[in-house]
Order: sequence, then C-alpha cells, then structure tokens
Amino acid sequence: MTLALVLAAVLAVAAVAFVARPFLHEPAPRSDRLDELGEADRRRLELVEDRDRALAALKELEFDHRTGKVTDEDYRAQVGPLRRRAAEALKALEPRAEARHERITRAG
Amino acid sequence: MAALGRAALLLSFALVVYAVVAGGYAAWRKRRRLALSAQNALLAAFGTTLVAAIVLWSALARRDFSFVYVSEHISRALPTGYALSAFWGGQEGSLLLWLLILTGYSALAVFLNRRARDLVPWVVPVLGGVAVFFSFMLCFVSSPFATQAAPADGAGMQPSLQNPYMLAHPPMLYLGYVGLTIPFAFAMGALLSGRTDERWIVLTRRWTLAAWTFLGVGQLLGAHWAYVEIGWGGYYAWDPVENAAFMPWLAATAFLHSVMIQEKRGMLKVWNMVLVALAFCLSIFGTFLTRSGVINSIHSFSQSPLGGWFLGFIVIATVFSVGLIYLRLPLLKARTKLESLVSREATFLYNNLLLVAFCLTILWGVVYPLLTQALRGETRSVSKPYYNFFLHSFGLPLLLLMGIGPLVAWRRASLRSLGRMFVLPFVAAVVTGGVLLALGYGSSTPGLLAYTFSAFVAVSIVLEFVKGSRAAGSIFRLVSRNRRRYGGYLVHAAVLLFAIGVAGSSAYQTVRERGLQPGQSLQVAGYTLTYERLDSTQASNHTAIRSTIDVSRGGSHVTTLHPGKNTYPVEQTTSNEVSIYHDPRNIGDLFLIADQIDKNGTLYLKALVKPLVNLIWVAGFLFVFGALVAMWPDAVEQRRLAERYAPGAAVA
Repeated sequence: MTLALVLAAVLAVAAVAFVARPFLHEPAPRSDRLDELGEADRRRLELVEDRDRALAALKELEFDHRTGKVTDEDYRAQVGPLRRRAAEALKALEPRAEARHERITRAG
Repeated sequence: MAALGRAALLLSFALVVYAVVAGGYAAWRKRRRLALSAQNALLAAFGTTLVAAIVLWSALARRDFSFVYVSEHISRALPTGYALSAFWGGQEGSLLLWLLILTGYSALAVFLNRRARDLVPWVVPVLGGVAVFFSFMLCFVSSPFATQAAPADGAGMQPSLQNPYMLAHPPMLYLGYVGLTIPFAFAMGALLSGRTDERWIVLTRRWTLAAWTFLGVGQLLGAHWAYVEIGWGGYYAWDPVENAAFMPWLAATAFLHSVMIQEKRGMLKVWNMVLVALAFCLSIFGTFLTRSGVINSIHSFSQSPLGGWFLGFIVIATVFSVGLIYLRLPLLKARTKLESLVSREATFLYNNLLLVAFCLTILWGVVYPLLTQALRGETRSVSKPYYNFFLHSFGLPLLLLMGIGPLVAWRRASLRSLGRMFVLPFVAAVVTGGVLLALGYGSSTPGLLAYTFSAFVAVSIVLEFVKGSRAAGSIFRLVSRNRRRYGGYLVHAAVLLFAIGVAGSSAYQTVRERGLQPGQSLQVAGYTLTYERLDSTQASNHTAIRSTIDVSRGGSHVTTLHPGKNTYPVEQTTSNEVSIYHDPRNIGDLFLIADQIDKNGTLYLKALVKPLVNLIWVAGFLFVFGALVAMWPDAVEQRRLAERYAPGAAVA
C-alpha cells in the first residue's frame, strides 16, 4: 500500500511538472498569443485550395481522356473552362493580386 | 497495487478535465502557453492511463483475486494468454481499454499535428471531453480496481472467449471505434475555430482510414471467431452488438467517399460534418449496446449501471455536434455545384445515400425492440428477414455502384463514353448470369444478382488497372502516383470477394442433420460422413469429448473430422467444438457440429457445406493490403500540402 502511494505521488508530481512545462520553460515569453489566420491568410488559403482543385481537375480530365472515360468531344468541351479556372486561380494567387485584394478588403 | 491503479485513473481524470477547461479557455482567449499546457495534459493522461492498464494486466497475470475484476473473469487454470485477454473480457476492463486507446490516439494526434497551431488548440478540449466521460465512468461508476478478501479461485472465463481470435478481435474493434474520435474531434475543432477549409480533412485522412480498417478487420475477426467457436455454422447473425460495429463502419465508409468530393470539388461540407459526427455517435452507441446490457446478446455483459450514463453522453455528443454544425452553416457553403447526375461525384452521392440508408435501417432494427420494451413494455425482436431484406435492397445496388463508379468520368459523362466503358463489364455480367442460370443457380435471386453484379464489378476493376497502366506507362507508376485511388480499388476487390463468399455460403449452402450410431453414415452434397467413435480427454481447465467422423467422396477417403463438446467445470458450462474441412475444389467448407451427444453414444450430427466461404477470409487480407496502399504516404502530395499550410504561406 505504501509503495503504491509513493508511486502514485511520483506519478502525480511528474504529470504536474509536465503540464506546467510550457510555463516553466518560458516564464516570460515575448508573445503568449496563439497563431491564428487573418482575413488575408484565409482568403489566400481559399485561393490555394481552389488552385489545387483546378489543377487536380485538369489532371483527372487528361487521365480520364487517355483511359477512354472521356471522349475527344467531351474533352474539348471541358478542357477550356478548366484551364481558365486554373489560370484564374493562379493569377489570383500572384503577390500583386493578393496585395490588391487586401487593399480592397481593407478599404471596403 | 489496486491503490496505484485507482490513483492513476484519478490523475487521468484530473488531467483530461484540465485539458478541457484550460484547453477550451486557451483556444478561446488565444493563450499559447496555456494551450500547450493543455496538450501536455492529454499526453500525460496517456501515461497515467497506461500505468492503470499495467496495474490491471499485472493483477491478471499474477491471478491476484483480491481484485474483484480478476476474480470475476479468470481462474487459476486459465492459460496465461487468455488471462491477459480478460483485460477486455469484462465491462470495467473494456472501459479502461477505451480510455487507454483514446488517450494514446489523442496524444499521438496532438503530437503529430502540433504545428497546426490554429486548429489543434480547439481539438484538445474535444478530445479531452470524450476522455472525461470515460475516465469519470472508470473512477466513479465502474472501477476495475475494486478490491475484496481474495477467494481461493476465480469464476473463470466464458468458454467461447477462450479462443485465439478473442486476443485480437476486441482490441481491433476498439482501435476502430476509438479511432473515429480523432476525425470527429478535428471536425468539431474546425467548426469551433471557424477553420472550415480542408485542413482538418487533410490532417485526419489517414486516421479515418486506419480507424475504418481496424473496424473492418475487427469485424472480420469477430465473424471468423463466431464461425469457428460459437458452433452454429454461420459468421454473422445480425446480432445487435455485431450491428453496433457494422453501423459506424458503414457511416465511416460513406464519409471516406464523400470527403473526396469535398477535396476535389469543394462540395458536401455539411454532409461530411454530419457523417463524421454520425460515425462517432454510432461508435459510442456501439459501446453503449455492449456495455449497458440492454440487449440480450452473446457479446453484451450483464445488466450494468452504465446505460443511463452512455445514453446521456450520446445525447450530449449529438446535440453538441448538430448545434455546432447548425451555427457554422454559413461557413460550410459549397463553392461549386453538381454539374451532372451522370458523373463520378454523383455516383459517390448515390453510394452515400445507400450506405446511410442501410446504416439507418440497421439502427432502427437495433433500436426498435429497445423502444417497444421501454415505451410499451412489450418484448419484440427484429430478426434476420428484416436485415436480409435491406441487405438485398441496399447491398446489391451498392455492389453494382462499386463497378459503375470507376467507369464514370468526373464532372459529367456523355452517353457515348458510358456506352464505350460499360460494354465489357456488361457483357461479362450478362454471360455470368446466363451461365449460372443454365447451371441451375437460379434458385436464389439475390445470389444470382450478386454474382452477375460481381462479374460487372470485377471486369470494371480489371479495366481500370489495365487502361490506367497503359496510360501511366506501368502498373507501378499508376499505383504510386495515385495510391488512394488504386488502394481504394483493391479494397473494392476485397469487398467483391467478400460479397461472392457471402452469397455462395448463404444462398447456396447445403444443410443436413440426423442422429447417428457408431458405423452409420450421413450423405451431404456429395460427401459421405461415417461416424466411427467417441473419445474423451482431460485438458487443464476442461474435459473434451470428440467424435471421429470419416469423410469420403465417391468412395475415396478425403479426411477425418472431430466435432465434439468441451465441458468447463469451473465455469459450469459446455461449448460446441466444431470441426471444419476446407475444400480447395469450391473454396468452401464442410462444417460439422456435434449438436448433441447422448450417454449411449448417439451423436446428433449437423453438417453444412458452404461453398466459397473461404473467400470471405481471403478478402480480409486483400482489404488490409488495399487499405495500406491507400494510406501509404505520397511524398509529392506531402510536399504540396506542406507548402499549402506552411506558416509563411497561409498562416501568419
């Protein structure tokens, strides 16, 4: 019983020390604020996801065309809009476009 | 040492309460060090729960009957392997296993994703909340560390649990059940933080797949255990507790498919949140069914005080998730629309509707007897015909969709391209159906349809690999460039083998039974079974009676089988010990059950011939292989995602 209680006490002290570690390790940090996404970052992430989706869709279309799932006619009808979407997503991600968007957001 | 176990569990409880309170406050007020401290509390909770688990395991290994749990579940004569497996053989131990896996998974998920600093702080309180419930139950409602004056021997273990499959089946199921908490916690964390982009999906993709795989393998192991151990000749009885594991698996299957639509098209965000919450709530519901004793099943433990607590927790989890999804609806708007009802994404949608409908009909079958009992005091049961009706109604279209989906292009498919892609699978299906009808297999319409659809699916999967390999240059390049898709097709192939095995062994099985005196024979599906004699042997914890049956076919000896019974004096029970011959000719089994053995030596023998049944177990290996291929990290994709979510790129 005594051994069990000693072991339990050791376990408790170790757990408390581990939980308190961030405060013991950094008693006076320069910043204690959690990272969070700003509006511009959120917008950028949306654009990156759009870009990735558009590029993946193009890749899928090419592959489906090569494997015969998409006929030549369907391919021609779909590839244009998908390329445009991908180009728009890439363009929107250009630094200048991003800065412009940020300015518009701030002004609006 | 029980005191150490109790103290360790109390520490776990305190740590996870801290993770919820401090973690929630830190995420809300954006306190970095407090959030890290809450994460550490989750990590530490794993350590303290592990200590509690070691205490229980050690008590089981030492046969320390001063622990009530140990004396109720094992005896001195029980082999050590089974004694250790008693950890999950009882209610309190199972709850401890839940908490151990949950805190282990939580610690790992938090540690691996610690760089997602804007999402993980919100995930910690959700994970902690689930852990609070289980640790509370273990500390204050159902403790495995209750002690007593040690009796000379324990009550022993139920004989049906003394089987090697029981060493793996429950932990596998638990790894699956508990694993579904991780995607749930990240989904709820995403809703709480307002970060409803794809990151939570990216971070939990492998967790979901792993949990789903464990749940699938756990069920297959359970089915095999039932097949070889329970001694009734089947592997799935639509038992409520079996259904309890099947339902979250169906919901997770729907989620794994629909989440691809969100990743590829930015659609179904609300639906995915609903599915991930449904899978989690069903996993808790499954635990409730097993632990509460509300259902009379070979799997559930006796009546216990846990039912009300579990129901309360399920209600809280459901209200919390539905409320949160409702509050965040504006953030979950789809960015695109379904372009055509004839497209890959549309087939995914149909697959989802069928899976969820199947899941809900099973849920109704499980809940209906409980409701009639609670509301009207009537005892009702929902039996096999109900479930089989829905298995045929939803399972067969799902099987067919598994073949149609891969042949349809994303966004929209024209009739011309569909005609071109469908011609070979369609011909294969028609030929298969025709040949089976001609051979006289039309006796079972669901069986015939299952084989016809299976031919369609098999050819469509083969075509996918052949055409894809040609387009990519080689099969290796094809698979390595898109592991998720082709791993998924391998899993489809496993489901196909499984369906063929189930259809063959259920729709086309032969059953014969009769009483035999030594020297008499029974004819079944071409086999002659001759009863020769009875023998009795004494094992460490049971007496075994075995018959000797000579099996011959066309006058030639095939094998000798020994169905019989075991009598366990400590547990005061008798078990059927079946004997099986695996027939390579039809990938099936000759399955013998000694239904009754009279004192005068009369043996009531039941013989089942189950064609193709072994495909079910082979499917398990292919299922795991396919899941591993799908889970295997893709370096190119990892780099792309790392760039997408790098702190400098999107996160300030």
